[in-house]
Amino acid sequence: MSSVAVIDYGMGNLHSIEKALQHANPNVDVQIVSDSDAIYQADRIVFPGVGAIRDCMLALDESGLSAVIKDVTKTKPFLGICLGMQALVTDSEENNKTECLNVFKGHVEHFSKDMLDSQGERLKIPHMGWNQVKQKPHPLWEGIPQNSRFYFVHSYFVKPDNELDTIASTDYPQGFSSALAKDNVFAVQFHPEKSQTVGLQLLKNFLSWDGKV
Amino acid sequence: MGLAKRIIPCLDVDNGRVVKGVKFVDIRDAGDPVEVARRYDREGADEITFLDITATSDNRDTIVHVVEQVASEVFIPLTVGGGIRELDDIRRMLNAGADKVGINSAAVFRPEFVREAAGKFGSQCIVVAIDAKKVSVENEPNRWEIFTHGGRKPTGIDAVEWAIKMVDFGAGEILLTSMDRDGTRVGFDLQLTRAISDAVIVPVIASGGVGNLDHLAEGVIEGKADAVLAASIFHFAEYTIEEAKLKMQSRGIEVRL
Repeated sequence: MSSVAVIDYGMGNLHSIEKALQHANPNVDVQIVSDSDAIYQADRIVFPGVGAIRDCMLALDESGLSAVIKDVTKTKPFLGICLGMQALVTDSEENNKTECLNVFKGHVEHFSKDMLDSQGERLKIPHMGWNQVKQKPHPLWEGIPQNSRFYFVHSYFVKPDNELDTIASTDYPQGFSSALAKDNVFAVQFHPEKSQTVGLQLLKNFLSWDGKV
Repeated sequence: MGLAKRIIPCLDVDNGRVVKGVKFVDIRDAGDPVEVARRYDREGADEITFLDITATSDNRDTIVHVVEQVASEVFIPLTVGGGIRELDDIRRMLNAGADKVGINSAAVFRPEFVREAAGKFGSQCIVVAIDAKKVSVENEPNRWEIFTHGGRKPTGIDAVEWAIKMVDFGAGEILLTSMDRDGTRVGFDLQLTRAISDAVIVPVIASGGVGNLDHLAEGVIEGKADAVLAASIFHFAEYTIEEAKLKMQSRGIEVRL
């Protein structure tokens, strides 16, 4: 039986992601873990997170997990979700600039407060709800129609230095990176565990992914 | 193309059963909440909200079990409101599988509770529920006040100012119910909805008064709501969620189909 470790570092509730992974593939052993041994032993890694980036990075540094996470991003199939995506880039402007894990070169910025949609209506922050995800080819999109809607809730977004790291984009109102990918690492701004059929399909694809593109 | 406007069916749950009261009296039984939630998920609900109206605290655990069951098979956002008074109540709901909690009277009694809750669990899971009633008379500028105890008790707090304050304290979303319209089926209070939506940067969910599908569309078009919430029109299978979305789409609103 293959295993997936969901990293628990005290940032948010992992119930949903655990249930969704179990539902996506009942033959996978889903473990909620907070120690490095368990992370190294698992076949695949899910790195979730909600809340503020400074708390997130502090929790990772204090638990010693930063180095472990950076390490496994070099070897195992790895999925970052929401704050778990933002934590993978170089730094974030949240909390007066916070250094992050630098797995992807890039920055996290806040949505501008005066954004308008195509009809001139003010866009709300957080960006909350179901928005379209424009895919670029990657094995994790298999079986998911182009422009499918996934569930988002966030006020900050990722700007990668290298546009080639963007594996999906979403408009709000400008396009932003809603997913990043490089080698065995995949990261999404939306919540697959809350995105019904398409979200479960993405998790299912991840649970059988060998980390190759 | 962009972000879809959301349709959120609301289940009023009393002692583990779905009920819908008209102005909080004449409660009709509408079934098992887990069954109903499953149906809404199949029909394409964008989120589901549970409002626990169980009167005695002894029976509060029933809602926790409902959320646990639903969360293990329905993978869309779930919100739970009703009886959220302490950080521990929030923790219990999130651990059961809720994604957001609705805070109502506890915020009125002690606004700092909202700040503490957002600080502890993040704004993304804190919905402040506002029950408002029009208090201005004819020929006066519109003014709405916050009411508690199911719309019976005035607080003297202005609804627009309250919404701004709650967002400042960390609310990630506002669930706005017109107590004048709730249960009447004559449509949302669109002026109220628009006043609140214009005043805050966070999304606003319109609630109270939906009687047909055009009311939902009007909540978005005229009320500027980011999401619309309704209970009874969906419970008794008058309309499906899908029909509601098709209607909204026919009125030019972007929806998830």
